Amino acid sequence: MNRVQIDRERCKACGLCIAVCNKHLLAFGGALNSHGYQPVELHDAPTCTACALCGVVCPEAGVQVYKAAKPKPAAAGDTP
Amino acid sequence: MTEAVAFARTPVLTDSYMHYCPGCTHGTAHRLVAEVIDELGIQDRTVGVSPVGCAVLAYNYIDVDFLEAAHGRAPAAATGLRRTLPADRYVFAYQGDGDLASIGMAEILHAANRGEKITVVFINNAIYGMTGGQMAPTTLPGMRTTTSPQGRDSADSGHPIRVCELLDTLVAPVFLARGTLSSAKGVLKAKKLLRRAFELQHQGFTLVELLSTCPTGWGLTPGDSLAWLDRNMTPFFPIRTFREPGAMPPQADPYRPDLRVRDDGPTDEPEE
Repeated sequence: MNRVQIDRERCKACGLCIAVCNKHLLAFGGALNSHGYQPVELHDAPTCTACALCGVVCPEAGVQVYKAAKPKPAAAGDTP
Repeated sequence: MTEAVAFARTPVLTDSYMHYCPGCTHGTAHRLVAEVIDELGIQDRTVGVSPVGCAVLAYNYIDVDFLEAAHGRAPAAATGLRRTLPADRYVFAYQGDGDLASIGMAEILHAANRGEKITVVFINNAIYGMTGGQMAPTTLPGMRTTTSPQGRDSADSGHPIRVCELLDTLVAPVFLARGTLSSAKGVLKAKKLLRRAFELQHQGFTLVELLSTCPTGWGLTPGDSLAWLDRNMTPFFPIRTFREPGAMPPQADPYRPDLRVRDDGPTDEPEE
């Protein structure tokens, strides 16, 4: 499964990643971090495409994006 | 389950917590510079010069050697580094608009005019951020700042300075470009511009201007700042590459016969 890992302590809750996510999978979480910000969290991870736009716009470089390896392609002849 | 890293923090950034305000694009610009240094594999051969301004602590965040210059003097300090260090070193100055376009105008103009082999990363957010949101040379006409509470009056305070256009009148620079950090697309394009500038550095003077936001100084949310930048700054500061090797001036320049004339489209002259 693709996933986005947001560094809770780096996040300043500017919300740029929330605005850029085409699938609207990011939202402010509930708990505050030690700097008093409300870090962003990933919701509904299964639909994440790992496009990494959230990482591109994050000013704190606090986003890591992981893309799941594709399942092995079926044997030759199965696909059109 | 196996998974690949699609996006990760570059190791050229240190682990330090950045002091910038939420949504400030200085962090993005730092990351892009660090990523370019990482991609080119020049971390141990790069020296940065940090400015006076919000980015004064850039040496805490980008893990290369750094020199701290006096206000506006980063191009002069970078000149000294370039001329004393071995030729395979990379030297870049990182400056804001209050630093580069006002007190540092003489240094940037003459460093560019001498064709110093350095890269200047110019952050233009149309305001003095660190000192509290005062009017900068790049502040837009009518823009409210703490020293122009009624909006900048161009009749009294002059017009914003377009630094890339100004440097484009000089003979020596080899790469001048303006990008924007207002969108993911702009950030990706800006990284290409920075990479090009670093690659061309040993040929001559290179400068990349990045339109940036100052949510705190502008009094806007980070998201609204990006929209404000697109709506107001981009029309005045057009996003384009002004100069790169092989393509340059609007008119033929007798001093640079190696550069071909830029085609600016059809002229206004009526056809016969």
